[in-house]
Amino acid sequence: MAGEHHVHAGFMPLFDSAVLVAAREFGFAAREGVELTLHRETSWANIRDRIAIGHFHLAHMLGPMPIACNLGLTPLASDTIVPFSLGLGGNCVTVSNAVWTGMAAHGALPDLDPARTGAALKALIGERARAGHDPLRFAVVHPHSGHKYELSYWLAACGIDPLGDIDILIVPPPFMADALAAGRIDGYCVGEPWNSASVAAGTGHIATVKAAIWKNSPEKVIGARKSWANENPDALAALLRALHHSARWCQDPANHGDLTAVMAQPGFLGQPAEVQMPILTGNLRLGGGAERHVKDFFLPFDKAANFPWKSHALWFYTQMVRWGQVEHSADNVAIARDCYRPDLYRAALKPLGVALPGANAKVEGALKTATPVGSAGASLVLGPDGFFDGEMFDPDRIDAYIERQGASSTVD
Amino acid sequence: MPHCTISRHAHNGVMESGTLSILVIDENRIRAAVIEAGLREAGHDRVTVIHDVTGIARRIAEVEPDVIVIDLENPNRDMLENMFQLSRAVKRPIAMFVDRSDKASIEAAVDAGVSAYIIDGLRQERVKPILDMAISRFNAFSRMARELEDMRSELKGHRLVDRAKRILMQSRGLSEEDAYALLRKTAMNQNRKISQIADSLITAAGLLGPTEED
Repeated sequence: MAGEHHVHAGFMPLFDSAVLVAAREFGFAAREGVELTLHRETSWANIRDRIAIGHFHLAHMLGPMPIACNLGLTPLASDTIVPFSLGLGGNCVTVSNAVWTGMAAHGALPDLDPARTGAALKALIGERARAGHDPLRFAVVHPHSGHKYELSYWLAACGIDPLGDIDILIVPPPFMADALAAGRIDGYCVGEPWNSASVAAGTGHIATVKAAIWKNSPEKVIGARKSWANENPDALAALLRALHHSARWCQDPANHGDLTAVMAQPGFLGQPAEVQMPILTGNLRLGGGAERHVKDFFLPFDKAANFPWKSHALWFYTQMVRWGQVEHSADNVAIARDCYRPDLYRAALKPLGVALPGANAKVEGALKTATPVGSAGASLVLGPDGFFDGEMFDPDRIDAYIERQGASSTVD
Repeated sequence: MPHCTISRHAHNGVMESGTLSILVIDENRIRAAVIEAGLREAGHDRVTVIHDVTGIARRIAEVEPDVIVIDLENPNRDMLENMFQLSRAVKRPIAMFVDRSDKASIEAAVDAGVSAYIIDGLRQERVKPILDMAISRFNAFSRMARELEDMRSELKGHRLVDRAKRILMQSRGLSEEDAYALLRKTAMNQNRKISQIADSLITAAGLLGPTEED
């Protein structure tokens, strides 16, 4: 039945495209009757454009990107839905040696503790401001990215205003380490392997990680052109089943050798296997000889990692409001909520009899430990999903959350 | 906020009468030169070309572009887009492609590997010829690059066949004509290109022992 459905998918050369890549390279797509053609791209803008004009049916995307598209925040957009998440976690915040030395002088330890390193960074920023230095420059990969929002969340929770106390700019992931080494930026938030790259080069220190700022938090997703998904429900369902099998396979340490060998090819990630290991093992070198194991650093499958929680979409939306990218309105909330489609995920996977969350949204931050939850079919473990500052996000009380955080007034 | 529509009244005078300021961002210098020449031929004399995006914010502020043409291979596109949308220093060139409803233009541009941003409020009929020109020059450039590549591989093929012929002439005492006929017959029998057969023969000869080639 191979080739029953033809699907064109775009991806960026980042490790978290692995589930999509493995779906093709290890035959999961073919087994579901999907002839999957992958197209490597050079920018998220290209991916967005080629989805909009119909070159791609779906693509590896930043979690907030489809929401931004549907909210009309991008120069070219088509209705995009999220029927599948490509994993949880995977990012770090890396700072230059000079910034790390300054932070260490204010009590930062190489333990990735967001509260401690954040407090030290705040002290350093205050010291620099008093001395008349320019604001520190931090880079993220895209204005509508988990990186931008988790970096800003971390800073704000530590009393640093990401819109005033520092500058945030955009740098493509593969250029981050070079920009840091050249002194064009003082720190960045990006996925692996671009943090370990600076540590290996001796030009940066990993200060904290996404998995500590918000445990088991959303990152990349599959964004699909809505009109295509509506017209081709069988193709989409078959592909989602293929991605499910692929994700399970990617999670299994027994397959990491095969996976990294394929990802190392120039047509995919193009980085040697050993560079890919930290994201898979969670064993990070932080710089200066320090090492740390991060639990649930990156999960391609476990903890319902592929379920497109509406609470994830809505949290991204609250951060767009918070940082002045969009105005808060009931209509906009509905657009964000409708963008993520757990119903499609559930319908596609139901025939497999696997564990599926019963709810479409959860209170983010409510699970303090890994918790078995009631689900259709087999057992399922979720969480922990806590924010480091102890806050909780209840998607049913979104107005209160936005008010508590205080929206920036600089809506474009 | 639908599609970042920001009007630029201050610019209306320029839009109606004066020439447009056009910024071309392309890391490929030859292609950028081709685009620039095309724009100048079309009567645009305010053309700026940038190959390296380092420090581009200041350049954009100086140039105040009405139209920005950028190659799609550029990995800095996300950075540039963000800068166009957020920078207070530049006069906010935004929007993209000529018209959202003009799908054929958008497709042609993406196929050609080029994208364009224009300042909002600029009349479409003024910008369409610029994008059309960029598309055709990008396509012409790709065609040229492809032809050059074909020529290179053809030339390489000729050299391989010449070497293979010499090996056959030397090792089997064939005439040049017979050596070539043997190569061609083998290629036909194996349904491969004659240059591939020549390549295999040269490799094999190298493995089997020193020849005049070494």
